[in-house]
Amino acid sequence: MNHHAKDYILSHDLPRSAMDPAVMAKRDEKLHVAMIGLCGCWGCTLSFLDMDENLLRLLDRITITRSSFTDVKRIPRRAAIGFIEGGVANEENIETLVHYRENCDVLISVGACAVWGGVPAMRNLVPLEDCLREAYVDSPTRPLQQPPTIPYHEDIPKLTTKVYPLHEVVKIDYFIPGCPPDGQTIFKVLDDLVHGRDFSIPAHINRFD
Amino acid sequence: MTAKLYIDGREICASEGDVLIDVAADYGIHIPSLCYMRGRPCLGTCRVCSVVVNGSIMPACTARIADGMVVEVAQPEVADMRRALVEANFSEGNHNCPSCEKSGRCELQAVAYEVEMVVSRFPYRFAERERDQTARHIFLERDRCIFCQRCVEFIRDIDTGHKIFAIHGRGTHARIDIDVVLADRMPPEQVREAADICPVGCIIEKGRGYNDPIGKRKFETRSIRDRVLEGDKK
Ligand code: SF4
Ligand code: SF4
Ligand code: SF4
Repeated sequence: MNHHAKDYILSHDLPRSAMDPAVMAKRDEKLHVAMIGLCGCWGCTLSFLDMDENLLRLLDRITITRSSFTDVKRIPRRAAIGFIEGGVANEENIETLVHYRENCDVLISVGACAVWGGVPAMRNLVPLEDCLREAYVDSPTRPLQQPPTIPYHEDIPKLTTKVYPLHEVVKIDYFIPGCPPDGQTIFKVLDDLVHGRDFSIPAHINRFD
Repeated sequence: MTAKLYIDGREICASEGDVLIDVAADYGIHIPSLCYMRGRPCLGTCRVCSVVVNGSIMPACTARIADGMVVEVAQPEVADMRRALVEANFSEGNHNCPSCEKSGRCELQAVAYEVEMVVSRFPYRFAERERDQTARHIFLERDRCIFCQRCVEFIRDIDTGHKIFAIHGRGTHARIDIDVVLADRMPPEQVREAADICPVGCIIEKGRGYNDPIGKRKFETRSIRDRVLEGDKK
């Protein structure tokens, strides 16, 4: 995306109070785990939160950086495990995904949108033009006092023609289906990886809805 | 005549000529399938029950028991092949389980869980398949048809025996069609039977869907594996 110089401020560039060096050193030894959201509904991110107190069992091994738990907006350093919700539906999604891939050792697609496109991919069955026309021009709920306009601004990410599963854009190591998957399924995958066990989602916990 | 065969190295006795997939189930060995229904003629369309018989890959629903037969079900290569066949169905049609009336009681979905599918290895096609809602009590959600031909063979007009469903076209042009005149003569039980026999959510009984809450749906109360092994006709 193009930004005019100096007319914006990013939160992670703001000054912040220094962390206790001992705490930081301890944190640095742990596996960094992060989760981002692309074109999804944040339902999978909520499932990530649903790992609840189970996570306490892992906290001597991992630290959670950018995610719904922390509100950290950037990965402060390379992560061992990165979870992603949502598929790729615009240029900004591609940029974020590629950067995330470059900065995570293991990448995991979480939920139907990330795995195959999910609900947003329903627009793959119609041309993008028809989709935008239906949403902004012919929509019965558009503001009638204004001329119909398809929003366009350099700060609004350009939509991709189709919605793509993540693994069609970058290499993805593991997949957790579901819409959303259960928090305990996400926890099982995380727990297995942290303890060096093989990835597996047995039939009785696998689900696509 | 009694025959002795080996499934995954285990010695098994069965009657010569019996269907391999049934014999395996009787011995607690689950071979997934999408088109086969125990007790009905084999269709052999889905190939999901493929196993290795005497060194060659073939569907367990068409294989008949013979003395000295050596069968491999669990062998990783053939297990992966079965999973690939299941995955291909998800790439070929449009399977948005979260918004599907059949979810939780769908055999394709249940079998996908059994083979531990998490994603399709083939590109998702997002094919355009028009739905057909002209029949009075049935609509066809063609996005989900896997061309198993169960409806074609097993659902027939009660008076004439004529087929009500038919597949037209081949390859990516294949399409399930319904004879609306015959379909509108189907009694309610037959409409229900057609919807139930369809392993996916393609044949939908109008006015019915989402009847059981999540957690209480067919394959959530008892898995497809248990149903097959315990002789519950799918
Ligand atoms: S998979 Fe379902 S819950 Fe997850 S982001 Fe997509 S729509 Fe939301
Ligand atoms: S037919 Fe089965 S696999 Fe396809 S969308 Fe419906 S529940 Fe999912
Ligand atoms: S409509 Fe259903 S039963 Fe008929 S061929 Fe398609 S998937 Fe099979």
